[in-house]
Amino acid sequence: MAGPILQAKDLVRTYEVRQGMFGRPSPVRAVDGISLTIMPGETLGIVGESGSGKSTLGRMLLGIDPAQAGEIAFDGQAMPKLGTPQWRALRAKMQLVYQDPLAALDRRLTISAQIAEPLAIHGLVPLEHRQTRVAELMSAVGLRPDQADRYPHELSGGQRQRAVIARALASRPKLLVCDEPVSALDVSIQAQVVNMLRDLQEENHIAMVFISHDLKVVRNIADRVAVMYLGRIVEEASSDVIFQSPLHPYTRALVSSVPVPGRPLKGRTILQGEPPNPANRPSGCAFHPRCPMATDICRTTAPPLRAISADRTAACHLVADSAEPVAA
Amino acid sequence: MTIADITHPSPAEPSLFVRGIRQVRKVPFSVAFGIAWLAAMVLIAFFADLLRPYGITAMDLRARLSLPGNPPHLLGTDELGRDVLSRLLQSIRVSLAIAFGATIISAVLGTTLGFAAAKFRGAVEHLVLVLADFQAALPFLVMSLAVLAFFGSSMPLLIGLMGFYGWERYARIARGLAISASAQGYAAAVVQLGATPLRVYLHHILPNVASTLIVSMTLTFPEIILMESGLSFLGLGVQPPETSLGNMVGFGRDYLTRAPWIMLAPAIVIMVTTLSISLVGDWLRDKLDPTLR
Repeated sequence: MAGPILQAKDLVRTYEVRQGMFGRPSPVRAVDGISLTIMPGETLGIVGESGSGKSTLGRMLLGIDPAQAGEIAFDGQAMPKLGTPQWRALRAKMQLVYQDPLAALDRRLTISAQIAEPLAIHGLVPLEHRQTRVAELMSAVGLRPDQADRYPHELSGGQRQRAVIARALASRPKLLVCDEPVSALDVSIQAQVVNMLRDLQEENHIAMVFISHDLKVVRNIADRVAVMYLGRIVEEASSDVIFQSPLHPYTRALVSSVPVPGRPLKGRTILQGEPPNPANRPSGCAFHPRCPMATDICRTTAPPLRAISADRTAACHLVADSAEPVAA
Repeated sequence: MTIADITHPSPAEPSLFVRGIRQVRKVPFSVAFGIAWLAAMVLIAFFADLLRPYGITAMDLRARLSLPGNPPHLLGTDELGRDVLSRLLQSIRVSLAIAFGATIISAVLGTTLGFAAAKFRGAVEHLVLVLADFQAALPFLVMSLAVLAFFGSSMPLLIGLMGFYGWERYARIARGLAISASAQGYAAAVVQLGATPLRVYLHHILPNVASTLIVSMTLTFPEIILMESGLSFLGLGVQPPETSLGNMVGFGRDYLTRAPWIMLAPAIVIMVTTLSISLVGDWLRDKLDPTLR
């Protein structure tokens, strides 16, 4: 089967934000015309600053946040509406891993009961084999059998996230969206959880969308990386290429901001200022107020996302003026 | 492929009986007293017919207003020579039936409306909140008086009416907790797993908010007993010759100076029962919460 597992086209999600009590509501475009394709078994990393719309995009890909414009197709079928029986049935195929595992777990149920939950909801494994499947899942994510009867608050952060991952994998999904799955964990635990996720993903041939602001983690796990800035993708390429030779000035700044032991901070591109208010988007290229290389055209015209080479796109006037636009 | 049935290996698991004994030992004295008292009340409610030495209307005119502690009438007699103990036992049955029935009706009604408001939002939520505000603003005693005066007092009507008491508290609590659970956290996560709304609300949100609702129930239960007592005291609750705790207090008032035992016996029962409910309810809430264990 060669078709993409998930295809998103021109997704838009706008929130109304009111300034003060009587202020006029102004629209905030959290996700502004994003198109993505995810192949089976592939890992797509999505990176960007806080407020760039990463999490909203992740929820839209799962159909939890309805898209206001654009369309999503999962396995060739259009995404059913939120809350319909079809939508619920599709949950067995696509799952979400949360940033805060303690909030995502029901504190009154034991870990094993929660891991068994998707099996019960979708009626996947007959009751008498459910315990066996739960034990399998627990050992797959590295939880000890004696932890089955523990409650979430009795586990450490890393163990809780393992339980959340086991629950997400219980129904054998084809797509896993991980929304900052390790950013709440200790650095030492982060590596373990990321490695475990990668192993499980390869073993079960799951497509994964890995949302993170941590470039080291994304580099470690993703095949392809999309960089988001203010609700738009500014650059997309395979993981090796994008970290070796970032094209977009924003990507360059991000890549050079990753600290390397033993190297001083001098000579790095350090971004100045805060990301702009998404309700008040800068004219032209949204990045131009912070861009060290901005020219006149950047202030007036928004650059389209163009194909730079095969499997590589970027949205910048300074990169490849001659290239063909792929998306307006 | 053979699939082994892995039941939990239990080395040296103490027997259920031994664990039960250990649990009982850890119960504080006040709670143990509360449980014992409530158990006695329930038993009395069920077996009042067998326990009471005399009929509730049987008069012993030669022993009117006799002091408590005398052999034929342990708690004394009232102005008509009726046995106070017999009437007390029957009163406990009637008052408990009203209080339990009404508390359960009000908890179920309030929680259901609160969950409905949280689930559907919009117009449903507005309607529920307006009704709750209306209920809270209404002087309940006055409304009960009007209803009972109009329809005449009967046991089912009394229970139904008391069932409307305090539902708005459950509705507000249930709505608030359900909304916060679905906005972020476990309820949203379970929805994302593909669970039906019914499963989310009954299997996840209800057990999580139950502790708060139980506390609320321990507050309304005594209030309903007192409300029924008040109504009976005013003569619109349980009608004579049937008797209830409030009814007994009401009719005993006339003899407060000459025969205080007529009124004191039911008053003490009301007080100790409400106290027991509060103690046991508090303890139960802590016990039911795995995070507080």
